[in-house]
Amino acid sequence: MLSKRIIACLDVRDGNLAKSIKFVDTKDIGDPVSKAREYYEDGLDELVFYDITASSDKRNIMLDVVESVAKQVFIPFSVGGGIRSVEDANKLLWAGAEKINVNSAAVQRPGLIDECSHALGAQNVVLSVDIARVGASNDIPSGYEVVINGGRTATGRDAIAWVIEGEQRGAGELVVNSIDADGTREGYELTLTRMVAEAVGIPVIASGGAGKPEHLYDVLTEGKADAALVASMVHYGDYTVSGLKQWLSDKGIKVRLKY
Amino acid sequence: MLAIVDYDAGNVRSVQRACEHVGLTDAEITADPDVVRGADRVIFPGVGSSESAVDTLHNRGLDAALTEFYHSGKPLLGICLGSQIVVEHSEEGDKDCLGLLAGQVKRFQLADPSLKVPHIGWNSVDVVRDHPVLKNISSGDEFYFVHSYYVEPVDPETIYGRTDYGEDFCSMLGQNNLFTTQFHLEKSGRLGLGILEAFGDWDGTPPC
Repeated sequence: MLSKRIIACLDVRDGNLAKSIKFVDTKDIGDPVSKAREYYEDGLDELVFYDITASSDKRNIMLDVVESVAKQVFIPFSVGGGIRSVEDANKLLWAGAEKINVNSAAVQRPGLIDECSHALGAQNVVLSVDIARVGASNDIPSGYEVVINGGRTATGRDAIAWVIEGEQRGAGELVVNSIDADGTREGYELTLTRMVAEAVGIPVIASGGAGKPEHLYDVLTEGKADAALVASMVHYGDYTVSGLKQWLSDKGIKVRLKY
Repeated sequence: MLAIVDYDAGNVRSVQRACEHVGLTDAEITADPDVVRGADRVIFPGVGSSESAVDTLHNRGLDAALTEFYHSGKPLLGICLGSQIVVEHSEEGDKDCLGLLAGQVKRFQLADPSLKVPHIGWNSVDVVRDHPVLKNISSGDEFYFVHSYYVEPVDPETIYGRTDYGEDFCSMLGQNNLFTTQFHLEKSGRLGLGILEAFGDWDGTPPC
């Protein structure tokens, strides 16, 4: 049977690794290429890079990062941040990314998902959604709202309705990122993750809040996620990828242990 | 020279980088049928839909070149979509394929509704028969899959690997100088690279 995937997320700004705390304060913590290689050799299943570079003139630095990673890391990796067209997406794929991640730009112009899916194949298009808990209302029946621009802008869109639309438009996978849990290291948003996993037929990657191995276990079982995204808990050396996988395996979760 | 067939179906550069990493430094990406015919070994990769891929192959004359190459007896490796297009027919778009190996490409029809299609992620491959390209891996090792369709061969003797995803399907096939993997060995870490490296050592002689 399919193994549950452990995916490491590297936020890259101006070519350097950064990790956000609640999406506001970011600080640089190192070189993304060497970090990617370290995780790959330690049994990571997949990598995600988010380019959080603010200025567009520095965007090409990301292509160099992708190119260097692709020469050394032979697991799937996706890149997100700043993709507004098929042309942007193709540049990243050509540099060596396996998949592209679309987020805010897709909310602002949903046709971007259709265009990327048509041009690159659904399997290469990951829809990443930042979601805030707002309480159920007429406009937001699920009680979860899509937010954009790193969580700073509310959209008035219901998160569950949006992920279903994203799947219909041709997204091949979903990243569910809880703004409330992100950076807290207090656990994933299990209710939200499970709601999304039950609403769509494509793989769901849980994101935001991982701090302990138990959190991964919970989201891969109760949260019904296909993959768990980790960041700070491995970036700062508190846990290793191989250690997390061994722990999960001991708890009865099928993960890839030989690599 | 090792030719990697380019027919606008997937990231041929990933395959080329993986080749370079295992020392196959003469790997060249090509859409030229004559380059394919003249190669010492060929990798036929691919992701995406067989529907448009089969047309592109035909328009570039690569279908005939691949068929000729196969009959030359030199080593041919199919990956993912490439592993599907070598058989006779695909359910995807109801397309006739190359017909190098007797079989059909079928879509997953899974009884368990919790199993998602496409099948995306790392899954185990049980080796059912030994082969020179499998010398660096063991039965049960995991590889990275992304697909909604799989090959069902006519002759069970062509099956080298099986994988369980709600139902048992063929994840590795071989016949004469042809070997195929449904998974992406170029994205399957050290073990995937191990298959690629062994392919580089293989002279195309099938195991007896």
